[in-house]
Amino acid sequence: MSYQVDKKGYYGDFGGAYIPEMLYPNVEELRRQYLDIMKEESFQKEFKELLRDYVGRPTPLYYAERFSKKYGTKVYLKREDLCHTGAHKINNTVGQILMAKRLGKNRIIAETGAGQHGVATATVCALMGIECIVYMGEIDIERQAPNVARMKMLGAKVVPAKSGSRTLKDATNEAIRDWINNPLDTHYIIGSVVGPHPYPDMVARLQAVISEEIKVQLKEKENRENPDYVVACVGGGSNAAGAYYHYLDTPEVGIIAVEAAGKGIESGESAATSALGKEGIIHGSKTLLMQSEDGQITEPYSISAGLDYPGVGPMHANLFRSGRGEFISITDEAAMKAGLELAKLEGIIPAIESSHALAIFEDRKFKEEDIVVVNLSGRGDKDLSTYIDYFKL
Amino acid sequence: MNRIKNTLAQDKKLLSIYFTAGYPEPGNTVSIIKDLEKSGVDFIEIGLPFSDPLADGPTIQESSGVALKNGMTTKKLFQQLEGIREEVEIPLIIMGYFNPILQFGVEEFCKRCAAVGIDGLIIPDLPVEEYNEKYRDIFEKHGLSNIFLITPQTSEERIRFIDSVSEGFIYMVSTASVTGSTKGFSQETRDYFKRISAMNLRNPQIVGFGISDEETYGQATKFAKGAIIGSAFIKHLNSGGKHDIPGFVKAIRPV
Ligand SMILES: Cc1ncc(COP(=O)(O)O)c(C=O)c1O
Repeated sequence: MSYQVDKKGYYGDFGGAYIPEMLYPNVEELRRQYLDIMKEESFQKEFKELLRDYVGRPTPLYYAERFSKKYGTKVYLKREDLCHTGAHKINNTVGQILMAKRLGKNRIIAETGAGQHGVATATVCALMGIECIVYMGEIDIERQAPNVARMKMLGAKVVPAKSGSRTLKDATNEAIRDWINNPLDTHYIIGSVVGPHPYPDMVARLQAVISEEIKVQLKEKENRENPDYVVACVGGGSNAAGAYYHYLDTPEVGIIAVEAAGKGIESGESAATSALGKEGIIHGSKTLLMQSEDGQITEPYSISAGLDYPGVGPMHANLFRSGRGEFISITDEAAMKAGLELAKLEGIIPAIESSHALAIFEDRKFKEEDIVVVNLSGRGDKDLSTYIDYFKL
Repeated sequence: MNRIKNTLAQDKKLLSIYFTAGYPEPGNTVSIIKDLEKSGVDFIEIGLPFSDPLADGPTIQESSGVALKNGMTTKKLFQQLEGIREEVEIPLIIMGYFNPILQFGVEEFCKRCAAVGIDGLIIPDLPVEEYNEKYRDIFEKHGLSNIFLITPQTSEERIRFIDSVSEGFIYMVSTASVTGSTKGFSQETRDYFKRISAMNLRNPQIVGFGISDEETYGQATKFAKGAIIGSAFIKHLNSGGKHDIPGFVKAIRPV
């Protein structure tokens, strides 16, 4: 059994394309073409060049010596925080803008929560000179003012999503509605491994450069390609999908997915989808999602806006159900503490999303000789005001 | 299914009205249905509210939100509809997104629909392929007609496929948009109505999205068998029109 997507767009029981007919032509066009386009030599060349010269890849695989010592195991950090714009998100947007150009689209839409994916999308649109519209929940616009300003500087139009709970899931709804209203010239750059097939697979493939590099780098440093564990935080799951990708079907590599418990799984203010979610449909995908008994999608909570999504990508739902992945949830408090700790021990201020992945070492013990790769998905610049408020800095 | 087929067999253009169950007040469902039938509407779409109605514009989104705040649930809707067939004869169709139905249990949902006398379902985010593979048998067992959408961008080949799977009518989305647009119909849209009509499909077409008045109703039904009004009716209810449902219907289709 493989943990990759199957021919029908499913990961085990999860995935598919539960979309209204209005979206069918666009999603079908993408489904038919994405693999061929990604295989094209010109695509690969342009993608790789941009990742190297513009994004700054390969990102280092850094042995965190003091952190390792503290937790009695060998911890490597995959430094996605050093990517241009500060997170892994740009790997996906570079790939998708090249895809959009080949599909002949000249208008880009995107959703964003914290603004990281919005900034990464606005960035590649500026690079290519393509019109960019970013949907963002009205509440997030207030919470994430610096990223709103960055998107505007980059020439994007930021449209407030005023429906529902006015956060990420509603921004996604608005982006989908925009696509329904603009079926001909527009490409929708989804920011994670969510949405209808082929998006989860396409975004995973574009992020797969993360594990591709880990293999080479670990070989250089440890003379082995496979770590014992790969650890990543999961919002929708794109940085995780990228970090796991080349290890999915290598059972000796343990996969650890870290979700946001918010104020605690039982607190009613949480985003731990695997613990709280049930099978259902969100944004065109059958997956695990947080919902009421009546099937209404509920509002998640996490101190980190990037993990504040009521579902997970179908790949991760399958990793959870099949037992291939080990799922751990981390509270706001534990994540904040881990973020501060990394700053003190290694001189790296992580994004709060990534801090969740770092926080597992408090309780999850590893053997001394284990090699654990943590995907450090982003840097903490965007979170400074949250860190300041939290620690009264 | 027979009620839908009988209605479609009538030698006239049809008018269907959509409303969101639980809006504006939680207990309105039955009285709105009865008033619509009395006003001469040919069939009714009962909207099952959902937290994330992807294909809907602001008006129906808001009505859905209010209905949910009012405590509307799938269970409650079935309770309200119990006994409806003693009072109402026209076809009743439930329009809802797939997730609430999935949580209720597709089989159980269909069973309850059949028990209260629902004739058909419109589930915009259940694609025809998934339906065919996983759910068609269940729907058919309970005598429910599943209605599919087509749009101006749907290819001829796909329209023929949808026509072959449909039992009842085809829901023809007027323009590439979410519900509630009031721009009127362009020449291009009218050409699309004509093009589909000329395909001579097995199933008649009913036009929806963007129909708000007598003019757009007339344009839509020039080529199609009927038309569906949603957002404009919700707006009417919202502006105090609950007691003047006949007035709304008459303005669309004067006798
Ligand atoms: C730094 C960082 N990490 C992780 C995430 C979560 O997204 P995903 O689960 O798709 O990697 C985000 C989303 O904004 C982010 O900015």
